[in-house]
Amino acid sequence: MGNVITLMEESVLSTHKAEMDTLLTSKGDSQRTQYPYVTGTSVIGIKYKDGILMAADMGGSYGSTIRYKSVERIKQVGKHSLIGASGEISDFQEILKYLDELILHDNMWDDGNSLGPKEVHNYLTRVMYNRRNKFDPLWNSLVIGGVKNGHKYLGSVSMIGVNFEDDHIATGFGNHLARPILREEWREDLSFEEGVKILEKCMRNLLYRDRSAVNKIQIAKITEEGLTVSQPYSLKTFWNFAAFQNPTVGAEGSW
Amino acid sequence: MDRDATADVNAPHSMGTTIIGVTYNGGVILGADSRTSTGLYVANRASDKITQLTDNVYICRSGSAADSQIVSDYVRYFLHQHTIQLGQPATVKVAANLVRLLSYNNKNMLQTGIIVGGWDKYEGGKIYGIPLGGTILEQPFAIGGSGSSYLYGFFDQAWKEGMTKDEAEQLVVKAVSLAIARDGASGGVVRTVTINNEGVTRNFYPGDQLPLWHEEVEAHNSLLDILNASSPEPMST
Repeated sequence: MGNVITLMEESVLSTHKAEMDTLLTSKGDSQRTQYPYVTGTSVIGIKYKDGILMAADMGGSYGSTIRYKSVERIKQVGKHSLIGASGEISDFQEILKYLDELILHDNMWDDGNSLGPKEVHNYLTRVMYNRRNKFDPLWNSLVIGGVKNGHKYLGSVSMIGVNFEDDHIATGFGNHLARPILREEWREDLSFEEGVKILEKCMRNLLYRDRSAVNKIQIAKITEEGLTVSQPYSLKTFWNFAAFQNPTVGAEGSW
Repeated sequence: MDRDATADVNAPHSMGTTIIGVTYNGGVILGADSRTSTGLYVANRASDKITQLTDNVYICRSGSAADSQIVSDYVRYFLHQHTIQLGQPATVKVAANLVRLLSYNNKNMLQTGIIVGGWDKYEGGKIYGIPLGGTILEQPFAIGGSGSSYLYGFFDQAWKEGMTKDEAEQLVVKAVSLAIARDGASGGVVRTVTINNEGVTRNFYPGDQLPLWHEEVEAHNSLLDILNASSPEPMST
Protein backbone atom coordinates (compact mmCIF):
# COMPACT_ATOMS: atom_id res chain seq x y z
CA MET A 1 0.00 0.00 0.00
CA GLY A 2 2.96 2.28 0.68
CA ASN A 3 4.05 2.26 -2.98
CA VAL A 4 0.50 3.01 -4.18
CA ILE A 5 0.43 6.15 -2.07
CA THR A 6 3.77 7.30 -3.53
CA LEU A 7 2.31 6.89 -7.02
CA MET A 8 -0.79 8.86 -6.05
CA GLU A 9 1.34 11.64 -4.57
CA GLU A 10 3.42 11.73 -7.74
CA SER A 11 0.33 12.06 -9.92
CA VAL A 12 -0.63 15.12 -7.90
CA LEU A 13 2.92 16.45 -8.19
CA SER A 14 3.27 16.01 -11.92
CA THR A 15 0.74 18.69 -12.90
CA HIS A 16 2.38 21.65 -11.17
CA LYS A 17 5.87 20.26 -10.67
CA ALA A 18 7.79 23.41 -9.88
CA GLU A 19 5.31 24.83 -7.39
CA MET A 20 4.70 21.58 -5.62
CA ASP A 21 8.39 20.74 -5.48
CA THR A 22 9.06 23.82 -3.41
CA LEU A 23 6.27 22.97 -0.99
CA LEU A 24 6.39 19.20 -0.78
CA THR A 25 10.17 18.75 -0.79
CA SER A 26 12.66 20.43 1.47
CA LYS A 27 14.88 23.14 0.05
CA GLY A 28 18.46 22.38 1.01
CA ASP A 29 19.56 25.93 1.75
CA SER A 30 16.79 26.89 4.17
CA GLN A 31 17.21 23.87 6.44
CA ARG A 32 19.23 24.05 9.62
CA THR A 33 19.78 21.68 12.51
CA GLN A 34 16.37 20.85 13.84
CA TYR A 35 14.90 19.72 17.13
CA PRO A 36 13.35 16.31 17.67
CA TYR A 37 9.65 16.34 18.57
CA VAL A 38 8.28 12.79 18.70
CA THR A 39 11.07 10.46 19.78
CA GLY A 40 11.63 6.76 20.33
CA THR A 41 14.06 5.46 22.95
CA SER A 42 16.57 2.58 22.93
CA VAL A 43 16.85 -0.23 20.40
CA ILE A 44 18.89 -3.35 21.23
CA GLY A 45 20.21 -5.94 18.78
CA ILE A 46 22.18 -9.16 19.27
CA LYS A 47 23.58 -11.87 17.04
CA TYR A 48 22.54 -15.37 18.03
CA LYS A 49 23.06 -18.87 16.64
CA ASP A 50 20.63 -18.63 13.70
CA GLY A 51 20.65 -14.89 12.99
CA ILE A 52 19.79 -11.59 14.63
CA LEU A 53 17.38 -10.64 17.41
CA MET A 54 16.26 -7.04 17.86
CA ALA A 55 14.12 -5.46 20.56
CA ALA A 56 12.50 -2.07 21.05
CA ASP A 57 9.56 -0.66 22.92
CA MET A 58 6.61 0.97 21.18
CA GLY A 59 6.80 4.38 22.79
CA GLY A 60 6.75 7.76 21.05
CA SER A 61 7.61 10.50 23.53
CA TYR A 62 6.77 14.16 23.02
CA GLY A 63 9.25 15.84 25.33
CA SER A 64 8.53 14.42 28.74
CA THR A 65 5.01 13.26 27.80
CA ILE A 66 4.64 9.67 26.71
CA ARG A 67 2.31 10.59 23.91
CA TYR A 68 2.13 7.49 21.68
CA LYS A 69 2.28 3.91 22.88
CA SER A 70 1.88 1.91 19.68
CA VAL A 71 4.74 3.10 17.47
CA GLU A 72 6.43 0.29 15.53
CA ARG A 73 10.12 1.08 15.66
CA ILE A 74 11.40 -2.11 14.06
CA LYS A 75 10.67 -2.64 10.38
CA GLN A 76 11.59 -5.02 7.56
CA VAL A 77 13.93 -3.89 4.80
CA GLY A 78 13.90 -6.08 1.70
CA LYS A 79 14.34 -9.82 2.17
CA HIS A 80 17.39 -9.91 4.38
CA SER A 81 17.33 -7.03 6.85
CA LEU A 82 15.65 -5.42 9.83
CA ILE A 83 15.93 -1.78 10.82
CA GLY A 84 15.25 -0.44 14.29
CA ALA A 85 15.21 3.27 15.02
CA SER A 86 15.42 5.58 17.99
CA GLY A 87 15.11 9.35 17.78
CA GLU A 88 12.69 11.46 15.75
CA ILE A 89 9.89 9.29 14.38
CA SER A 90 9.09 11.53 11.40
CA ASP A 91 12.71 11.19 10.21
CA PHE A 92 12.46 7.39 10.65
CA GLN A 93 9.31 7.40 8.51
CA GLU A 94 11.22 9.35 5.87
CA ILE A 95 14.16 6.89 6.06
CA LEU A 96 11.69 4.02 5.50
CA LYS A 97 10.53 5.78 2.32
CA TYR A 98 14.14 6.12 1.13
CA LEU A 99 14.69 2.42 1.85
CA ASP A 100 11.46 1.51 0.00
CA GLU A 101 12.83 3.28 -3.06
CA LEU A 102 16.26 1.66 -2.64
CA ILE A 103 14.78 -1.83 -2.47
CA LEU A 104 12.39 -1.09 -5.34
CA HIS A 105 15.21 0.01 -7.64
CA ASP A 106 17.26 -3.01 -6.56
CA ASN A 107 14.36 -5.29 -7.49
CA MET A 108 13.92 -3.57 -10.84
CA TRP A 109 17.36 -4.80 -11.93
CA ASP A 110 15.76 -8.25 -11.76
CA ASP A 111 19.18 -9.82 -11.61
CA GLY A 112 18.57 -12.30 -8.83
CA ASN A 113 20.66 -10.30 -6.38
CA SER A 114 19.14 -8.49 -3.44
CA LEU A 115 20.57 -5.97 -1.02
CA GLY A 116 21.73 -7.46 2.26
CA PRO A 117 22.12 -5.84 5.68
CA LYS A 118 25.72 -4.81 5.05
CA GLU A 119 24.72 -2.90 1.92
CA VAL A 120 21.72 -1.30 3.61
CA HIS A 121 23.94 -0.30 6.53
CA ASN A 122 26.44 1.27 4.16
CA TYR A 123 23.71 3.15 2.28
CA LEU A 124 22.27 4.55 5.49
CA THR A 125 25.71 5.54 6.79
CA ARG A 126 26.24 7.61 3.64
CA VAL A 127 22.79 9.19 3.92
CA MET A 128 23.22 10.07 7.60
CA TYR A 129 26.75 11.42 7.17
CA ASN A 130 25.89 13.54 4.16
CA ARG A 131 22.89 15.08 5.92
CA ARG A 132 25.14 15.81 8.92
CA ASN A 133 27.57 17.63 6.63
CA LYS A 134 24.74 19.88 5.45
CA PHE A 135 23.81 20.66 9.08
CA ASP A 136 20.46 19.02 8.43
CA PRO A 137 20.59 15.65 10.17
CA LEU A 138 18.05 12.91 10.25
CA TRP A 139 17.67 12.83 14.01
CA ASN A 140 17.91 9.06 14.49
CA SER A 141 20.13 6.30 15.78
CA LEU A 142 19.54 3.23 13.64
CA VAL A 143 20.24 -0.47 14.16
CA ILE A 144 20.51 -2.64 11.05
CA GLY A 145 20.58 -6.41 11.38
CA GLY A 146 20.19 -9.35 9.03
CA VAL A 147 21.44 -12.56 7.50
CA LYS A 148 22.48 -13.10 3.90
CA ASN A 149 24.12 -16.19 2.45
CA GLY A 150 24.78 -17.51 5.92
CA HIS A 151 26.53 -14.38 7.11
CA LYS A 152 25.02 -12.62 10.12
CA TYR A 153 25.41 -8.85 10.22
CA LEU A 154 24.58 -6.32 12.93
CA GLY A 155 25.47 -2.65 12.85
CA SER A 156 24.40 0.83 13.93
CA VAL A 157 24.49 4.39 12.51
CA SER A 158 24.03 7.56 14.48
CA MET A 159 22.62 10.90 13.37
CA ILE A 160 26.11 12.21 12.71
CA GLY A 161 27.10 9.21 10.61
CA VAL A 162 29.17 7.31 13.18
CA ASN A 163 28.75 3.63 12.39
CA PHE A 164 29.62 0.45 14.24
CA GLU A 165 29.42 -3.24 13.56
CA ASP A 166 29.39 -5.67 16.48
CA ASP A 167 27.95 -8.81 18.02
CA HIS A 168 25.62 -6.75 20.19
CA ILE A 169 24.41 -3.21 19.51
CA ALA A 170 22.28 -0.66 21.35
CA THR A 171 21.19 2.95 20.95
CA GLY A 172 20.60 5.69 23.49
CA PHE A 173 20.12 4.53 27.06
CA GLY A 174 20.63 0.99 25.87
CA ASN A 175 24.33 1.72 25.50
CA HIS A 176 24.60 2.41 29.21
CA LEU A 177 22.10 -0.04 30.63
CA ALA A 178 21.89 -2.94 28.18
CA ARG A 179 25.38 -3.37 26.77
CA PRO A 180 27.05 -4.09 30.15
CA ILE A 181 24.59 -6.96 30.57
CA LEU A 182 25.32 -8.12 27.03
CA ARG A 183 29.08 -7.93 27.54
CA GLU A 184 28.70 -10.33 30.48
CA GLU A 185 26.12 -12.71 29.08
CA TRP A 186 26.40 -12.73 25.28
CA ARG A 187 27.83 -15.84 23.62
CA GLU A 188 28.35 -16.81 19.99
CA ASP A 189 26.03 -19.84 20.16
CA LEU A 190 22.96 -18.43 21.92
CA SER A 191 19.74 -20.26 21.13
CA PHE A 192 16.59 -18.33 20.23
CA GLU A 193 15.16 -18.85 23.74
CA GLU A 194 18.37 -17.73 25.45
CA GLY A 195 18.60 -14.70 23.18
CA VAL A 196 15.05 -13.63 23.92
CA LYS A 197 15.64 -14.05 27.67
CA ILE A 198 18.75 -11.85 27.53
CA LEU A 199 16.97 -9.18 25.50
CA GLU A 200 14.05 -9.23 27.93
CA LYS A 201 16.47 -8.83 30.83
CA CYS A 202 17.88 -5.74 29.09
CA MET A 203 14.44 -4.34 28.23
CA ARG A 204 13.24 -4.82 31.81
CA ASN A 205 16.27 -2.95 33.09
CA LEU A 206 15.53 -0.14 30.64
CA LEU A 207 11.92 -0.08 31.82
CA TYR A 208 13.06 0.45 35.40
CA ARG A 209 15.68 3.07 34.66
CA ASP A 210 14.80 4.89 31.40
CA ARG A 211 12.18 7.57 31.93
CA SER A 212 11.01 7.44 28.35
CA ALA A 213 10.55 3.67 28.24
CA VAL A 214 7.06 2.17 27.94
CA ASN A 215 6.02 -1.33 28.88
CA LYS A 216 4.96 -2.55 25.45
CA ILE A 217 7.70 -4.15 23.43
CA GLN A 218 8.32 -6.04 20.24
CA ILE A 219 11.10 -8.52 19.61
CA ALA A 220 12.06 -9.20 15.99
CA LYS A 221 13.96 -12.18 14.65
CA ILE A 222 15.69 -12.55 11.33
CA THR A 223 17.35 -15.70 10.01
CA GLU A 224 18.36 -17.01 6.61
CA GLU A 225 14.84 -18.43 6.29
CA GLY A 226 12.96 -15.22 6.94
CA LEU A 227 11.92 -12.67 9.52
CA THR A 228 9.19 -12.10 12.08
CA VAL A 229 8.30 -9.13 14.25
CA SER A 230 6.49 -10.30 17.38
CA GLN A 231 3.10 -9.03 18.47
CA PRO A 232 3.33 -6.27 21.08
CA TYR A 233 3.57 -7.58 24.65
CA SER A 234 4.42 -6.36 28.16
CA LEU A 235 7.03 -7.45 30.67
CA LYS A 236 6.34 -8.30 34.31
CA THR A 237 8.15 -6.02 36.73
CA PHE A 238 9.24 -6.73 40.30
CA TRP A 239 8.66 -4.37 43.17
CA ASN A 240 8.16 -6.67 46.14
CA PHE A 241 11.55 -6.37 47.80
CA ALA A 242 11.93 -5.89 51.55
CA ALA A 243 14.25 -2.96 50.95
CA PHE A 244 11.48 -1.21 49.01
CA GLN A 245 8.89 -1.39 51.76
CA ASN A 246 10.15 1.22 54.23
CA PRO A 247 13.33 2.61 52.74
CA THR A 248 13.50 5.78 54.78
CA VAL A 249 12.95 4.35 58.23
CA GLY A 250 15.93 5.57 60.24
CA ALA A 251 16.61 8.38 57.80
CA GLU A 252 13.33 10.25 57.42
CA GLY A 253 13.32 12.69 54.56
CA SER A 254 15.87 10.73 52.57
CA TRP A 255 14.98 8.87 49.42
CA MET B 1 2.63 44.98 35.20
CA ASP B 2 0.95 47.32 32.77
CA ARG B 3 2.90 45.77 29.93
CA ASP B 4 1.26 42.40 30.62
CA ALA B 5 -2.24 43.89 30.72
CA THR B 6 -1.99 45.45 27.26
CA ALA B 7 -1.74 42.26 25.26
CA ASP B 8 0.58 42.33 22.28
CA VAL B 9 -1.87 42.55 19.39
CA ASN B 10 1.02 41.91 17.03
CA ALA B 11 1.75 38.57 18.66
CA PRO B 12 1.19 35.68 16.26
CA HIS B 13 -2.36 34.35 16.29
CA SER B 14 -2.11 30.99 17.95
CA MET B 15 -4.89 28.56 18.56
CA GLY B 16 -4.10 27.39 22.07
CA THR B 17 -6.72 24.81 21.39
CA THR B 18 -8.09 21.47 22.24
CA ILE B 19 -8.66 19.22 19.23
CA ILE B 20 -9.90 15.64 19.17
CA GLY B 21 -10.57 13.00 16.52
CA VAL B 22 -12.30 9.75 17.40
CA THR B 23 -13.32 6.69 15.36
CA TYR B 24 -16.55 4.83 16.06
CA ASN B 25 -18.26 1.87 14.40
CA GLY B 26 -19.21 3.54 11.13
CA GLY B 27 -17.16 6.71 10.90
CA VAL B 28 -15.29 9.44 12.73
CA ILE B 29 -16.10 12.39 14.96
CA LEU B 30 -13.86 15.47 15.00
CA GLY B 31 -14.18 17.94 17.87
CA ALA B 32 -12.56 21.24 18.87
CA ASP B 33 -12.91 24.32 21.06
CA SER B 34 -13.28 27.78 19.51
CA ARG B 35 -10.67 30.06 21.08
CA THR B 36 -8.00 31.86 19.05
CA SER B 37 -5.62 34.00 21.11
CA THR B 38 -2.99 36.66 20.36
CA GLY B 39 -0.88 36.61 23.49
CA LEU B 40 -3.37 37.02 26.34
CA TYR B 41 -6.18 38.52 24.25
CA VAL B 42 -8.84 36.26 22.75
CA ALA B 43 -8.86 37.39 19.15
CA ASN B 44 -11.73 35.14 18.14
CA ARG B 45 -14.02 33.46 20.69
CA ALA B 46 -16.02 31.52 18.10
CA SER B 47 -13.43 30.20 15.64
CA ASP B 48 -14.03 27.14 13.54
CA LYS B 49 -10.98 24.93 13.82
CA ILE B 50 -12.50 22.02 11.98
CA THR B 51 -11.80 22.69 8.34
CA GLN B 52 -13.01 20.90 5.24
CA LEU B 53 -10.52 19.47 2.76
CA THR B 54 -12.94 17.42 0.61
CA ASP B 55 -16.53 16.20 0.91
CA ASN B 56 -15.34 13.28 2.99
CA VAL B 57 -12.14 14.51 4.71
CA TYR B 58 -11.89 17.21 7.39
CA ILE B 59 -9.02 18.36 9.60
CA CYS B 60 -8.68 19.80 13.10
CA ARG B 61 -6.09 22.57 13.27
CA SER B 62 -3.93 23.54 16.26
CA GLY B 63 -0.89 25.72 16.89
CA SER B 64 -0.21 28.71 14.68
CA ALA B 65 -3.45 29.81 13.01
CA ALA B 66 -1.59 31.08 9.94
CA ASP B 67 0.50 27.94 9.48
CA SER B 68 -2.45 25.59 9.87
CA GLN B 69 -4.59 27.65 7.49
CA ILE B 70 -1.96 27.73 4.77
CA VAL B 71 -1.29 23.98 5.09
CA SER B 72 -5.01 23.24 4.84
CA ASP B 73 -5.37 25.59 1.84
CA TYR B 74 -2.56 23.85 -0.06
CA VAL B 75 -3.77 20.36 0.77
CA ARG B 76 -7.33 21.30 -0.29
CA TYR B 77 -5.92 22.57 -3.57
CA PHE B 78 -3.85 19.41 -4.16
CA LEU B 79 -6.73 17.12 -3.20
CA HIS B 80 -9.07 18.94 -5.57
CA GLN B 81 -6.78 18.20 -8.49
CA HIS B 82 -6.14 14.67 -7.26
CA THR B 83 -9.89 14.00 -7.12
CA ILE B 84 -10.33 15.19 -10.70
CA GLN B 85 -7.44 13.03 -11.91
CA LEU B 86 -8.53 10.00 -9.88
CA GLY B 87 -12.18 10.28 -10.89
CA GLN B 88 -13.44 9.42 -7.40
CA PRO B 89 -13.25 10.83 -3.87
CA ALA B 90 -9.78 11.01 -2.34
CA THR B 91 -9.02 8.58 0.47
CA VAL B 92 -8.33 9.79 4.00
CA LYS B 93 -4.87 8.20 3.78
CA VAL B 94 -3.87 10.30 0.76
CA ALA B 95 -5.14 13.49 2.40
CA ALA B 96 -3.22 12.69 5.56
CA ASN B 97 -0.03 11.92 3.66
CA LEU B 98 -0.24 15.22 1.77
CA VAL B 99 -0.54 17.04 5.09
CA ARG B 100 2.45 15.04 6.32
CA LEU B 101 4.54 15.99 3.28
CA LEU B 102 4.00 19.68 3.94
CA SER B 103 4.50 19.36 7.69
CA TYR B 104 7.62 17.24 7.40
CA ASN B 105 9.39 19.09 4.62
CA ASN B 106 8.77 22.48 6.21
CA LYS B 107 9.28 21.37 9.78
CA ASN B 108 11.70 24.18 10.58
CA MET B 109 9.17 26.85 9.67
CA LEU B 110 5.80 25.42 10.62
CA GLN B 111 4.31 25.24 14.08
CA THR B 112 1.08 23.35 13.64
CA GLY B 113 -0.35 20.07 14.87
CA ILE B 114 -3.11 18.59 12.73
CA ILE B 115 -5.63 15.78 13.09
CA VAL B 116 -6.97 14.42 9.79
CA GLY B 117 -10.27 12.54 9.90
CA GLY B 118 -12.68 11.26 7.31
CA TRP B 119 -14.50 8.37 5.70
CA ASP B 120 -13.77 6.58 2.45
CA LYS B 121 -15.25 3.43 0.91
CA TYR B 122 -12.01 1.43 1.18
CA GLU B 123 -11.06 1.83 4.82
CA GLY B 124 -14.18 3.35 6.40
CA GLY B 125 -13.63 5.93 9.14
CA LYS B 126 -9.97 6.75 9.85
CA ILE B 127 -8.11 9.24 12.05
CA TYR B 128 -4.51 10.30 11.43
CA GLY B 129 -2.51 12.38 13.90
CA ILE B 130 0.23 14.63 12.50
CA PRO B 131 2.01 16.38 15.38
CA LEU B 132 4.89 18.88 15.21
CA GLY B 133 7.76 17.51 13.14
CA GLY B 134 5.56 15.72 10.59
CA THR B 135 5.25 12.25 12.10
CA ILE B 136 2.15 10.53 10.75
CA LEU B 137 0.34 8.02 12.97
CA GLU B 138 -2.95 6.29 12.26
CA GLN B 139 -4.82 5.99 15.54
CA PRO B 140 -8.24 4.89 16.83
CA PHE B 141 -8.43 8.31 18.44
CA ALA B 142 -6.17 11.36 18.51
CA ILE B 143 -5.92 14.42 20.75
CA GLY B 144 -3.95 17.59 20.16
CA GLY B 145 -3.40 21.21 21.10
CA SER B 146 -2.44 22.67 24.44
CA GLY B 147 -5.67 21.46 26.08
CA SER B 148 -4.90 17.86 25.21
CA SER B 149 -2.41 17.66 28.10
CA TYR B 150 -5.39 17.46 30.43
CA LEU B 151 -7.05 14.68 28.48
CA TYR B 152 -4.47 11.89 28.36
CA GLY B 153 -5.68 10.42 31.64
CA PHE B 154 -9.31 10.97 30.71
CA PHE B 155 -9.02 9.06 27.46
CA ASP B 156 -6.93 6.30 29.03
CA GLN B 157 -9.93 5.67 31.23
CA ALA B 158 -12.92 6.57 29.05
CA TRP B 159 -11.96 5.40 25.55
CA LYS B 160 -13.53 2.15 24.31
CA GLU B 161 -13.25 0.44 20.94
CA GLY B 162 -16.47 0.17 18.87
CA MET B 163 -18.60 2.95 20.37
CA THR B 164 -21.84 4.05 18.78
CA LYS B 165 -22.12 7.43 17.08
CA ASP B 166 -23.91 8.98 20.05
CA GLU B 167 -21.48 7.55 22.62
CA ALA B 168 -18.55 8.86 20.63
CA GLU B 169 -20.12 12.31 20.23
CA GLN B 170 -20.82 12.56 23.97
CA LEU B 171 -17.24 11.50 24.72
CA VAL B 172 -15.81 14.18 22.43
CA VAL B 173 -18.02 16.95 23.84
CA LYS B 174 -17.23 15.91 27.41
CA ALA B 175 -13.51 15.81 26.69
CA VAL B 176 -13.30 19.22 24.99
CA SER B 177 -15.41 20.64 27.80
CA LEU B 178 -13.02 19.22 30.44
CA ALA B 179 -10.03 20.63 28.62
CA ILE B 180 -11.64 24.06 28.33
CA ALA B 181 -12.18 23.98 32.10
CA ARG B 182 -8.44 23.73 32.78
CA ASP B 183 -6.62 25.12 29.75
CA GLY B 184 -6.53 28.91 29.54
CA ALA B 185 -5.78 28.70 25.86
CA SER B 186 -8.97 26.77 25.12
CA GLY B 187 -12.50 28.07 25.44
CA GLY B 188 -15.70 29.19 23.81
CA VAL B 189 -17.99 26.65 22.20
CA VAL B 190 -17.52 23.00 21.29
CA ARG B 191 -17.86 22.20 17.61
CA THR B 192 -18.10 18.66 16.29
CA VAL B 193 -18.14 17.23 12.80
CA THR B 194 -19.36 13.68 12.20
CA ILE B 195 -18.28 11.93 8.98
CA ASN B 196 -19.62 8.56 7.84
CA ASN B 197 -20.95 6.80 4.74
CA GLU B 198 -24.11 8.93 4.89
CA GLY B 199 -22.24 12.23 4.77
CA VAL B 200 -21.17 15.01 7.10
CA THR B 201 -22.98 16.56 10.08
CA ARG B 202 -21.89 19.66 11.97
CA ASN B 203 -22.90 20.19 15.58
CA PHE B 204 -22.60 23.18 17.89
CA TYR B 205 -22.55 23.12 21.69
CA PRO B 206 -22.63 26.66 23.13
CA GLY B 207 -20.33 27.35 26.09
CA ASP B 208 -23.17 28.05 28.46
CA GLN B 209 -24.74 24.65 27.81
CA LEU B 210 -21.68 22.58 28.65
CA PRO B 211 -21.65 20.61 31.92
CA LEU B 212 -20.16 22.23 35.02
CA TRP B 213 -17.03 20.72 36.48
CA HIS B 214 -15.27 21.08 39.85
CA GLU B 215 -15.34 24.59 41.36
CA GLU B 216 -17.56 25.88 38.56
CA VAL B 217 -20.92 27.37 39.48
CA GLU B 218 -24.21 27.92 37.69
CA ALA B 219 -24.56 31.00 35.55
CA HIS B 220 -27.13 33.67 36.32
CA ASN B 221 -28.23 36.85 34.64
CA SER B 222 -27.77 38.86 37.82
CA LEU B 223 -27.25 38.68 41.60
CA LEU B 224 -30.66 40.24 41.86
CA ASP B 225 -32.26 37.08 40.52
CA ILE B 226 -30.53 35.03 43.22
CA LEU B 227 -31.63 37.40 45.96
CA ASN B 228 -35.17 37.52 44.71
CA ALA B 229 -35.36 33.75 44.44
CA SER B 230 -34.46 33.10 48.08
CA SER B 231 -36.98 35.55 49.60
CA PRO B 232 -39.10 38.38 48.26
CA GLU B 233 -37.71 41.05 50.64
CA PRO B 234 -34.25 39.90 51.74
CA MET B 235 -32.93 43.31 52.60
CA SER B 236 -35.80 44.53 54.76
CA THR B 237 -35.38 44.73 58.48
